[in-house]
Amino acid sequence: MDFTVSVLLGTFLLSIAALFIFIWSMSKGLFGDGVAAATEIFGKNELGTVEDPAATRTQMGGLQQAMGNVAERMTEEEEESRARADKSTSLVVGVCLTLAVVWLVLASLAGLISSIKLHAPDWLVQYEWLTFGRIRPIHLNLVAYGWCSLAGVGVAIWLIPRLLKTELVGAKYALIGGALWSIGVFAGTVAIGMGYSDGLEWLEYPWKIDILLVVGGALVGFPLWLTLLQRKVEHLYVSVWYIGAGLLWFPILFLIANWPGLHFGVQQATMNWWFGHNVLGLWFTPIGLAASYYFIPKVLGKPIHSYNLSLLGFWSLAFFYSQVGGHHLIGGPIPSWLVTISIVQSMMMAIPVFAVAVNQHMTVLGNFRALAYSPTLRFIVLGAMMYTAASIQGSLEALRAVNTVTHFTHYTIAHAHLGLYGFFSMVMFGSIYFIMPRVMNWEWPYPKLISLHFWLVLIGFAIYFIWLSIGGWLQGLAMLDENTTFMQSVAITLPYLEARSIGGGLMTLGHLVFAAHFFAMGWKFGPKRLGAALLSNSLLSRLTGKGVTA
Amino acid sequence: MSAGKSFWEMDELRLIVGAMVILGGATGILVVLPYLLLENVKPPAGLKPYTDQQWLGRQTYIANGCVYCHSQQPRDIKQAPDAKRGWGRASVAGDYAYDTPHLLGTMRTGPDLLNIGARQPSKDWHLGHLYQPRAYTPGSIMPSYPFLFEVRQGAAKAGETVVNLPPSFAKAGQVVVAKPEALALVDYLVSLDRTYPALPPLPVAVAPSAKEKP
Repeated sequence: MDFTVSVLLGTFLLSIAALFIFIWSMSKGLFGDGVAAATEIFGKNELGTVEDPAATRTQMGGLQQAMGNVAERMTEEEEESRARADKSTSLVVGVCLTLAVVWLVLASLAGLISSIKLHAPDWLVQYEWLTFGRIRPIHLNLVAYGWCSLAGVGVAIWLIPRLLKTELVGAKYALIGGALWSIGVFAGTVAIGMGYSDGLEWLEYPWKIDILLVVGGALVGFPLWLTLLQRKVEHLYVSVWYIGAGLLWFPILFLIANWPGLHFGVQQATMNWWFGHNVLGLWFTPIGLAASYYFIPKVLGKPIHSYNLSLLGFWSLAFFYSQVGGHHLIGGPIPSWLVTISIVQSMMMAIPVFAVAVNQHMTVLGNFRALAYSPTLRFIVLGAMMYTAASIQGSLEALRAVNTVTHFTHYTIAHAHLGLYGFFSMVMFGSIYFIMPRVMNWEWPYPKLISLHFWLVLIGFAIYFIWLSIGGWLQGLAMLDENTTFMQSVAITLPYLEARSIGGGLMTLGHLVFAAHFFAMGWKFGPKRLGAALLSNSLLSRLTGKGVTA
Repeated sequence: MSAGKSFWEMDELRLIVGAMVILGGATGILVVLPYLLLENVKPPAGLKPYTDQQWLGRQTYIANGCVYCHSQQPRDIKQAPDAKRGWGRASVAGDYAYDTPHLLGTMRTGPDLLNIGARQPSKDWHLGHLYQPRAYTPGSIMPSYPFLFEVRQGAAKAGETVVNLPPSFAKAGQVVVAKPEALALVDYLVSLDRTYPALPPLPVAVAPSAKEKP
């Protein structure tokens, strides 16, 4: 039998076998903690109580009504311990999220400039640091390591005490880690601008700067392990699994990928995409899913649809996602068995995606009215839908027939944005809207700006994604047709590239609105509406009486 | 806390061990195995190492992110008509023996460049094209790179390389001089030539598709 075919078959059988072993072990209770773990994120009487600090008093009323009225309230003791848990993270989370928002604005501007340059090639060409080949990687790195990573770290750290029902231990490690990380992002951006790039996509920062991210990344994970030792919950909620694994995986991936002098030639290319895909699958995806697995049920006040399915999703994501990187090199000069393994595992990704989709969508199903009232939920549910879409699209793109068209085209860029923007960034926006009122003890001053942000980025992204996907597909078809000149494949994309700039412009505008609102809250601007966003009125008076501000 | 529980009942340990085993497996397949298999791939006889000047040009290629628009990996004629565009035969692992960092690329906003030196050996063309791509390829969306050149009134000094632009793009009394980075970059570009016959990419047991190749 042909070797490649046997590898294909072998990988497939092995994966199926692993899956059955997993299901068997779950039935024996080796992996799961059963249904009890699903309600671990709620207080004793809390089920049925909605929570969205970003909602106004009227919205909260509507939200609670949409979910049905509750008879019981949380005990004062529980409320107080939750408030203490939230307060233990406020400084470090506030710092991480503020930095993330700053990086987001800079990243958006860099992205917009790159986008315009593709259809206005003689614009801003005098400055070396603004040339397309530098401002584009500046955009990517600012998005990935600036905005997404720091937002993810901030959200993850804020979730830890809530998931483990105890105060955060060792916040200072995360603070130092976040600071090192940010210095690394700044230094890396300057380095790329000056032309000191390692030359690998996703790994442009010079290795001396990478040390800051490896150490910083390891340090931000520290509080999780310290807090785990103090945990007051019996079961680990699925979000803890995702966050814990993500915080372990990232520093290791980044360390191996950037090790100076280790990688060479084509081997470096396989390593490049082992990293390039794993940074998405084993870093951003786990954090994004951890957040949506917490906020969807928490806002709605009802547990996720199936807890066992969520753990199946976790382990199968880890297993399959970690091996899909090779599909970035289909048709390239690398061993074909390697590409084959990655294609098979890309297909197997259907399992974790299905598990997450069923869980998250079924939890929301029947409660769509809640979306009208909860700003947090609107972003996160949209993000969860985009996760499903991006994952299915990603699996299809790994198929050789589809990949032959889409490889090397703007279609891939559109897909990358569906994942990191449509899914991850949307979930982060929603999470930040939920978290910041707790961090600052202050409400969002202008609720209308949240809606404005939502619609700007939604419409902007729809234009971005739809037009760029079409343009990319046409570009791919043109390149495959030997009777079409290469320049025709360039010309065909121009209107779509222009549309992308319009979409990107709207997204950037949305981010400016978001950032302005964020800092308005930071400086406590706007009408004083303290009250509805906080845990309860009784607690509020005690907290403000003690002078608790951020 | 999980005191008194057996190993498999402790969520923290399951998490750490499971996560590490899975990452280890993936790293083994996608990083270590290729490392072991490709470690001993010999450069084909026709491939020459880069000269210092070409290597310097390669650094300019990296610094200015040419890789974000240009791939260096022609695909097999069975998959795509790359060869018919003059981009060359499908590349093999040995073609990259001297390429660290790798510059395989993921985009073809511009054409594949693995054999650009064979396709366009004129240094004059490359210099002018870097200065103003649209002077040579109408409709090109490649950025111009004025910062790699010096534009002066009057004549060039001795030893300087003057860029010969097409008449409609040259301005009277003005001279465009290539900076050392531009010269090095062009040296690198014209050195890109993998038109020699390819060796089998890997031992036959690993890549049977090599048997089908002439």
